[in-house]
Amino acid sequence: MARDKKDTSGAITRRGLVLMGAQLALVGTLAWRMRHLQIDEAERYRLLAEENRVNIRLLPPARGLIYDRDGTPVAVNRQNYRIVMIREQAGNPELVLARLARLIDISPERRERVLRDMYSRSAFVPVTVAEHMEWESFARVASNAPALPGVLPEVGLSRHYPANEVFAHVVGYVGPVSDYDLSQIEDPDPLLQIPDFQIGKNGIEKRAEPELRGSAGTSRIEVNAAGRVIRELDRTEGRSGEDLQLTIDSGLQDYTLRRMEGESSATVVMDVQTGELVALASAPSFDPNNFVFGISTGDWRALNEDEYRPLYNKAVSGVYPPGSTFKMVVALAALEEGLVDPGETVFCGGSIQIGNRRAHCWRRGGHGWMDLNDSLKHSCDIYYYDIAQRVGIDRISAMANRLGIGLRHDIPLPAVRAGLTPTREWKQQVHGQSWLVGDTVNSGIGQGFMLASPLELCVMTARLATGRAVIPKLIRSVNGVPQFAQEAEPIGLAENNLAHIRRAMFDVSNNRRGTAYRSRIADPAMAIAGKTGTSQVRRITEAERRTGVFRNEDLPWNRRDHALFVAYAPYEAPRYAIATIVEHGGGGSKAAAPIARDVMIRALYGPNPPLDAWPTAMHDEIRERRRLGVDSASVQRSRA
Amino acid sequence: MIYWEQMNAKPVPTGPAKLLHLHWPLILLICAVCATGFLMLYSVAGGTLDTWAKPQMMRFGLGLAVLFIVAMIHIDFWKKIAPLAYLGGLGLLVAVEFVGVVGMGAQRWIDIGPLRLQPSEVMKVTLVMMLAAYYAWLPPEKVSRPLWVAVPLILTAMPVALVLKQPDLGTSILLLAGAGVVMFLAGVSWWYFSSATAVVGGTVWAVFQSRGTDWQLLNDYQYRRIDVFLDPTLDSMGAGYHITQATIAMGAGGISGRGFMQGTQSRLNFLPEKHTDFIFTSLAEQFGLIGGLTLLGLYTAIILFCLLSAFANKDRFGALMTGGLAATFFFFFAVNMAMVMGLAPVVGVPLPLVSYGGSAMLVLLGAFGLVQSAHVHRPRGAYG
Repeated sequence: MARDKKDTSGAITRRGLVLMGAQLALVGTLAWRMRHLQIDEAERYRLLAEENRVNIRLLPPARGLIYDRDGTPVAVNRQNYRIVMIREQAGNPELVLARLARLIDISPERRERVLRDMYSRSAFVPVTVAEHMEWESFARVASNAPALPGVLPEVGLSRHYPANEVFAHVVGYVGPVSDYDLSQIEDPDPLLQIPDFQIGKNGIEKRAEPELRGSAGTSRIEVNAAGRVIRELDRTEGRSGEDLQLTIDSGLQDYTLRRMEGESSATVVMDVQTGELVALASAPSFDPNNFVFGISTGDWRALNEDEYRPLYNKAVSGVYPPGSTFKMVVALAALEEGLVDPGETVFCGGSIQIGNRRAHCWRRGGHGWMDLNDSLKHSCDIYYYDIAQRVGIDRISAMANRLGIGLRHDIPLPAVRAGLTPTREWKQQVHGQSWLVGDTVNSGIGQGFMLASPLELCVMTARLATGRAVIPKLIRSVNGVPQFAQEAEPIGLAENNLAHIRRAMFDVSNNRRGTAYRSRIADPAMAIAGKTGTSQVRRITEAERRTGVFRNEDLPWNRRDHALFVAYAPYEAPRYAIATIVEHGGGGSKAAAPIARDVMIRALYGPNPPLDAWPTAMHDEIRERRRLGVDSASVQRSRA
Repeated sequence: MIYWEQMNAKPVPTGPAKLLHLHWPLILLICAVCATGFLMLYSVAGGTLDTWAKPQMMRFGLGLAVLFIVAMIHIDFWKKIAPLAYLGGLGLLVAVEFVGVVGMGAQRWIDIGPLRLQPSEVMKVTLVMMLAAYYAWLPPEKVSRPLWVAVPLILTAMPVALVLKQPDLGTSILLLAGAGVVMFLAGVSWWYFSSATAVVGGTVWAVFQSRGTDWQLLNDYQYRRIDVFLDPTLDSMGAGYHITQATIAMGAGGISGRGFMQGTQSRLNFLPEKHTDFIFTSLAEQFGLIGGLTLLGLYTAIILFCLLSAFANKDRFGALMTGGLAATFFFFFAVNMAMVMGLAPVVGVPLPLVSYGGSAMLVLLGAFGLVQSAHVHRPRGAYG
């Protein structure tokens, strides 16, 4: 049957309903999808949207400053004038960079690197073109800004050490965070991820890193899809690092370093009452500022390959056989145990037989009959071979520990190394050998296994001087809050025993026959009490002894003896203790004692010690030294 | 029968009385959708009318005038000029190949004085008109005969091919969908649709199956293009970026939205084409699920009103054209929404009446004018 119009319109309706159903189904699908996105997944997407929008920018805190004892800054933050460039704004970066190179000095390598960095990062990320600029060149760029699109002059902060090499070993230096640092330290501080951020790499800068660093502020900024900053949403200011005041006197430190110049040496000066270290110097030194700028490989190699090891803090990390400076420890141990009487004498004939070996005194002909005082004054070895055997290694080591040797002193330097006070167990454990009498004998004169750092020897001297367990300190105040140095506890040694030792030390320096008589302080009120030491770095063969060839001057530098000297002054009312070592310097009395004495005079009298402090015979020499400027009082400073 | 029908038939209104017989609910719905568009354009421009909202409003005013004028003109006139309109549209599409301006990579338009005409937009309407006129003329018994099926296929294939050449995949899909729906409503046998589906499906299957074999049908780069088309995330900085940001914007909106002008995704330019193809996500971000469903509801109501109007229309041309235009409109927003919600590949279809765009607005309002004309001038049944 033929369909008429009405039928077809009915067909339209039927098919239209099918269509409508299909469309409603699709609408349903869309609605379901909307529900899924906006209810089920809403939380997730909200977070993503927030992430899109908000960038957190860290505001690096100003690093804490470091001052010396008197408030002279030794580590400061200097404005770092730098030029950054943003590719997006530069238009033609090559052209702009070429123009910039006409204004300031940019090496072709640097230029290439800048371009590479710019193209490898997003177009809106600033790339540093030049840093640590002179104000003049910085100003030149700034005034030419209109011709340099995308070039931004910026002022940041960078570390500067005004005292240059004087505090290098104490304060250390900062440097950019390396991948190695990141792998070594477990520090979640996001600041470390900032490309230009610097952390302490050495010295106090390294040990007091958390205090000095402070904490980052944050700025939450809204960015658009291109990463461009739209506005700052909020900002939390960080906390700048804490300022540290050291116990070190920069004047004395400077003098000490200059006095040691030319030698591989170290000197530690300590206030015996408080334990405050007023000088801690290791020579030769280096300029930490070179590290902040990024040291060149050539300079680095020069520093590293130097035989005198300028990078090494010998004052706290150098451990040496203490030699005769150790004799006080042995003597005191014997006295405390009642194993020796101060008046008792031992005969020194130059050598004694111990077991099947022969032990020699440094003086081939021997000293004759020696009591305690004489033994220290002349630094007789035989006496100590004898009493060391009586006391035994364990008690010697225990006394050494009590006096501060062989223990790691907790001062905020990274490289503090403990010396070594051997015991029977120690030898068995480390060397797998049993302790021999010969070991005890060697230890009795501070040789053999015995090791101590200049810091430890200084502590030892301070403890002998005061009878108290003085603890070394390097930080005087933190953010202006004094770190009170409590008076040290008495060490628990009999005062009369200590008096014998002190008297002997006084004689070492002030008795005409004392080994350090030439390095005395002339003024009786400031009299120094000390002990020389000469420690062997090689074994002297029997053959050498027979032929008598062991003059240090005939040996290559690195096989010569170390020269040591420890002292305190004034004898009557001790104020400072000092320990000096001159590596391979030969005899303690000749190489180390004069340095220690001069430093002590500088410490006691201040910047301009009177000529009278020195023995009359030395006045001409001192005058000459002053004329040459060696003893000038000023602290060398770089321009701030 | 005929007598009964004549007795119950209501007269077709004439003169100003026609205004009363317009489908006012439909007009109000259209105005509501357009108003939503203005609000969104105001918002994504960062709170200014000048950028997008104002030009859009002016076009809306013009479009509304066009709607009323077209609605007042008798439907028979539109039926008569349908072939002419079709030929005109086709001519413009050819012309655009030679004198057209290429913008945004694909869209092509012709500048006629101040008017920027996009022939592919016009074609969406004229193709439906043409096919409706064709089926109004064609005796119903011939509808499914192969020869008579081939005619509308050719009529459809020509503009589709031209639009594809632009290339504008989105518009091609809408053209095909509109034409398909008119043919479907006209009563073309199910078999044709099933066979077409089977052929297309089989071809796709063959194309994919051949991948990596000796008889591979497409080049490797073409396959990669298909891959990216199907899964935009493969192209993370291109289409994938758009979709990711769009879904983030929608999801971040939640149920009630982040509030008017509070959408960070759209305000901070994370959303691409936020004022055109992706404007829906901006709405969803600011007004949430509630806002999104409301707009979807408005659209659905428009479709339903159109279809109901078509059902009530005894004029074959009017009914088919209304159904076809409604379907085109439906695919318009459905494809856009599915696209921005990550349900369909990104093909570049704006959101009708909401997205910023000149021709689309004018043409859509003109099309609704045709629907109104068909509605006003429909031969009425007893319950029409």
